Amino acid sequence: MPLLELVNLDVGFDTPEGEVHAVNELNFSIEAGEALAIVGESGAGKTQSMMAVMGLLADNGHVSGQALFNGNDLLSMGAGELNQHRGSQIAMIFQDPMTSLNPYLSIEKQMIEVVMHHQGLDRAEAHAKAVEMLRAVRIPDPERRIGQYPHEFSGGMRQRAMVAMGLLCEPDLLIADEPTTALDVTVQAQIGHLMSELRQTSNTAIILITHDLGVVAGLCDRVLVMYAGEVVEWGSVEQIYYQPLHPYTRGLLESVPRLDQPDDAVLHAIPGNPPNLLALPDGCKFRDRCPKAHDACREEPPIRQGGEGHSYRCFLERTDE
Amino acid sequence: MTKNADNAVLDPFAAALEVKPIKGRSPWEDAWHRLLRNRAAVYSAFIMGFMFFLVVFGPMLISWDSGYTDWDHTSSPPSFSSGHWFGTDAIGRDIMVRTLEGGRISLLVGLVATIVSLLIGVSYGATAGYFGGTADRVMMRIVDIIYALPFMFFVILLMVVFGRNIVLIFVAIGAVNWLDMARIVRGQTLSLKNTEFIEAARACGVGDWAIIRRHIVPNLLGVVIIYVTLTIPQVILLESFLSFLGLGVQEPMSSWGALVSDGAQDMESAPWTLIVPAVFLTVTLYCFNFIGDGLRDALDPKDRL
Amino acid sequence: MNERVLRVQDLSVHFEVREGNLFRSRMHTLKAVNGVSFDLNAGETLGIVGESGCGKSTLARAMLALIKPNRGRVLWLGEDLGKLDEEELRKKRQDLQIVFQDPLAALNPRMTVRDIIAEPLWTFFPRIARVQVDERVSGMMKLVGLLPNQINRYPHEFSGGQCQRISIARALVLNPKLVVCDEPVSALDVSIQAQIINLLKDLQKKLNLSLVFIAHDLSVVKHISDRVMVMYLGRAMEVSQRGNLYRRPLHPYTKALIRAVPVPDPKLARKLVDTGLTGDMPSPLDLPRGCVFHTRCPYAVKRCELEVPPLRRMENNDWVACHRAEELDLTIAKSG
Repeated sequence: MPLLELVNLDVGFDTPEGEVHAVNELNFSIEAGEALAIVGESGAGKTQSMMAVMGLLADNGHVSGQALFNGNDLLSMGAGELNQHRGSQIAMIFQDPMTSLNPYLSIEKQMIEVVMHHQGLDRAEAHAKAVEMLRAVRIPDPERRIGQYPHEFSGGMRQRAMVAMGLLCEPDLLIADEPTTALDVTVQAQIGHLMSELRQTSNTAIILITHDLGVVAGLCDRVLVMYAGEVVEWGSVEQIYYQPLHPYTRGLLESVPRLDQPDDAVLHAIPGNPPNLLALPDGCKFRDRCPKAHDACREEPPIRQGGEGHSYRCFLERTDE
Repeated sequence: MTKNADNAVLDPFAAALEVKPIKGRSPWEDAWHRLLRNRAAVYSAFIMGFMFFLVVFGPMLISWDSGYTDWDHTSSPPSFSSGHWFGTDAIGRDIMVRTLEGGRISLLVGLVATIVSLLIGVSYGATAGYFGGTADRVMMRIVDIIYALPFMFFVILLMVVFGRNIVLIFVAIGAVNWLDMARIVRGQTLSLKNTEFIEAARACGVGDWAIIRRHIVPNLLGVVIIYVTLTIPQVILLESFLSFLGLGVQEPMSSWGALVSDGAQDMESAPWTLIVPAVFLTVTLYCFNFIGDGLRDALDPKDRL
Repeated sequence: MNERVLRVQDLSVHFEVREGNLFRSRMHTLKAVNGVSFDLNAGETLGIVGESGCGKSTLARAMLALIKPNRGRVLWLGEDLGKLDEEELRKKRQDLQIVFQDPLAALNPRMTVRDIIAEPLWTFFPRIARVQVDERVSGMMKLVGLLPNQINRYPHEFSGGQCQRISIARALVLNPKLVVCDEPVSALDVSIQAQIINLLKDLQKKLNLSLVFIAHDLSVVKHISDRVMVMYLGRAMEVSQRGNLYRRPLHPYTKALIRAVPVPDPKLARKLVDTGLTGDMPSPLDLPRGCVFHTRCPYAVKRCELEVPPLRRMENNDWVACHRAEELDLTIAKSG
């Protein structure tokens, strides 16, 4: 049984301008200890799908489908039942650590409360565990640092403290929403190392949400590329990076700035702008920006096989390349 | 390569280049639509509109004069047959006319005092916030000092020195309320001053006054409007309070507060003299608060999707 | 072509920061920029790279005389900007423009695109006719890849990349000679970043602009810069020609930054060794003595803790602030 399995997940929002379909028929599963990346531009629905799974959608949002966590549907659970899973078995860390750390509580207080609540440890045990976890994420001098408040931490340390809090209850699944986007490259690299290390030591499954294919390569096993609420290509990291089949995936890969290109090489960009979810075109939603678009793309594109566990949603045959 | 790609995107739009400009949706329009979706605020606005109409034109339409004493009906309960729909007070004056005319004073005090506090508060707060430094520190300490003066003491002092006068009530209330407005506006200006679009304007060489006019004031407006709709009921209540204590408007003029005060004395024998003005007062306060809440939801960008 | 337009000499910007509680507080001096010098030629692009808190944004503002420096001077076409009075400085602002990081925050939400782009025009030509403004604004919108029929729309109706194009149009509407871009792409999706970088590069060629392009990532500035300056804790660590810097950096910190750039290739990324950087950046309120980088430098020796290395000239007009620049070979291996 997979750890988490999404079945036909749909997420929508009621807005004054009309109904917005943020996520359309999302299906995937993730096994224990696996690392999956969900990649796409802003507005692709990657964050909202995970917010729906966590039961954190905004008030005007609604969700249908199933999210089976160890076989139990998270979407049909009440708040109380959901809270037993949230934090202890599934943890989520966000892009901006300042929004999810309470500025008025010390790091110690915030960490200890979670452990005491979910694992029934007493204060001393919880404290020891929190210190140990801060040390694991390489916060220097954790015994002293744990008494400090979030604003006394640097940006990178805050993000590491967030990771530590996420991992405190040894969750089976860690959902990381753009955990490194706001950080400097040097810190990005550290957080990346940290996550893959923790994955090996505690067999935590990771779902990494990002717009940058550059940060995924070293960390994940499988990649799901989303565009305008739909998955347009999925496969193993090797398949996605070495044989990308959807033009959008190729565009994302080419737009990552690399140091191993010649100095004068022109950077590749995906033309146009991320989709406006209120006015999506019929047929293939990427066709406005697609360099290979043709008349057939006005129809709904088929899902084609690109290899073992590798599929994409496009009219182009594999041999077209 | 990229150039081609860019052109490929622009080509479908090339025809659109000559097309007439698309009308934009301003943040004000957005806020307006959000406000219209708020039922409580819309109904409140309608009720307040009706209330204004009643208060302004009502006394002209009713055959009774507010000063006229109907000796045949003193302390008579509401009845259609006597022509006193809401009854009369102890000396036979028609409650409806008196309530509507009292409403004129109450609403007038609310509006005028709010406008006074608005003008002083916004210019004071914006100046302190924008120029900052020593000017800011001195100006805000002055505000703190005035804040510390006991309000009732201040009012009684005014009454003693200048005698009882309706203008004094405007002055007294305005003098207290602009302090809050100044603090709010100063805080907003301080945070606006550090936004990148103002820095961008400074980098373009835009002058101080143009920045205040084009960038600061329009972005302050939302907060100010919200605060104004919450200040009006506060002022009306303050005036009522003063009148209830006998420090407010004087006979033969009256206000809702003064009427409630009169009515409270006859509460047991003639409850309608209390209930009618009290209902008007309460409905007005409720409506302003609902409108204020609606505006806050509509204008506060934090709640935006 | 090789005319020198901007000279920054020994520029320092310090801020006074109060730290402590109600009963005991001390004033600290935050040395945001500390003795930075460089030149910029007409039509040249200088990339400035460093981690957050290294003072690059402060440097950008001081360069444009938006902040008063505590020491040093900025010469624009030979004139010291710090010595000009307010009115003269205002006139100079025609030539000096800035593009900010957060595309939405840099645009007044209550103004239409026309009013935003036209604001510099009104400021410098108050009597300009409305028709002329519209024509110029439409022209600028086309130039930066926006449809002129969007002229009446408001910032919130645009995506991040489009907002950044509006910012660029505003910066260019007065035909400036220098544009400072303060992390113009850091807040954008990777797929959109390249659009903006390519746009800036195109415009620079077309308009013969001098550009200062700030980023926290060496990979972003590589494609647009002629020279790159690496900053750390308010100091310039290295200023080198692009071709040299990425192949054979002179400063250990530059090398660490190069190694930290993520590689979009699973096999390479997995075997990637770590950056060689240990620990966190020290607090800018409490700078290390000697070389500011010595606390994290894998090559630090005793001398680095005692003496501040000056920025000195090496071969090929590359500059470095490292005592051991001659002995270290920091060549980047081909595979990353």
